[in-house]
Amino acid sequence: MTPEAAALTDLERDALTELVNIGVSRAAAALRKMIGEQVLLSVPAVEAMDRAAAATLIGERESDHLVAVKQDFSGALSGRAMLIFPQASSLALVRAVAGDAVSADEVADLEEEALAETGNVILNRCLGTMANMLHRSLALSLPEVLRGDGAHLFRFDAPQPDDGLVLFLYINFFVKNRNIRGYIAMLLDLPSLAALKALVAEFIQSAIGEAEPAAPPDKTFEAGTFEAGALR
Amino acid sequence: MPGTILPTTGVPTTVLIVDDSKLARIVAGKAVASLQPDWMRVEATNAAEALAVTASQKIDLALIDFNMPGQDGLALAAELRALHPAMPIAVITANVQDEVIAEVRALHATFVGKPITPEGLRGFLAGAALRLRVQNP
Repeated sequence: MTPEAAALTDLERDALTELVNIGVSRAAAALRKMIGEQVLLSVPAVEAMDRAAAATLIGERESDHLVAVKQDFSGALSGRAMLIFPQASSLALVRAVAGDAVSADEVADLEEEALAETGNVILNRCLGTMANMLHRSLALSLPEVLRGDGAHLFRFDAPQPDDGLVLFLYINFFVKNRNIRGYIAMLLDLPSLAALKALVAEFIQSAIGEAEPAAPPDKTFEAGTFEAGALR
Repeated sequence: MPGTILPTTGVPTTVLIVDDSKLARIVAGKAVASLQPDWMRVEATNAAEALAVTASQKIDLALIDFNMPGQDGLALAAELRALHPAMPIAVITANVQDEVIAEVRALHATFVGKPITPEGLRGFLAGAALRLRVQNP
């Protein structure tokens, strides 16, 4: 493990994974509404690595060309969220969203726009959920459709302050009956690990704090406790 | 069925919390403690651990995360349901897809949204407390 990865405590890494898990689960529910079929998710993986390694990780699993919808975000956290599919799944997704009545030609015409729109809904749901849980706002760029290999998808237009480590979080999803599969991936910049640690620590504090009793327990529950106690 | 009733008097109600996320277990534990301070809480990090715990001690109700490595929460809920037909079980997830909710209901389990709050758990715990009192009068 790199020193930077080790610098996040187990609980901080756990909290970040859980944050992504909740964001992606809500995003999957949004996708399910759009295509009318259940979306199955893997357990999220979180790793600190450099950009090139992140690109390779997705790229080497996929022999097909990749299509991705990306949205960059900035604010309390900055980075890039992507919905990534093999080319074949991308067309199947557009067909699923547009409905079976649409002809193959129309699907091809619609592809770019339908992908951007679908990606926008899914990524917004994911990032919006995360931002709300962090009690921070994130500024999102417009969705953009990218095509190419892993290296292309993970390339940033603007030069990055340091081309070093990113926190790479990803989850696999698939739709059984539609032959659709892909990844929801997130690259979190680590320009300031201290800022990330502070944010996650605050999130942990607020998550644990919220679960603390804000007021004395309800009367009903006191009555229940009393009865249980009286049995002893 | 006389003779098969375990002596439950004096044994506190025990809730099993199953989640691979430590933070999620802490949050769930605190929410349970705020609503039912006298209940005992036992934790498991995955389905296998949860089944081992239920085999070795009395568990009255279970809160189970859906998306876990290995067996998922629904599969675990199904196994627990087969072993304990009357156990109150909640499946906890932010994954509000119709199929997931339908499967939860089919197992006579309760769907609870993530992130967990005392408010979100209140209904399930109150219902469970009531059922347990009826089952162990």
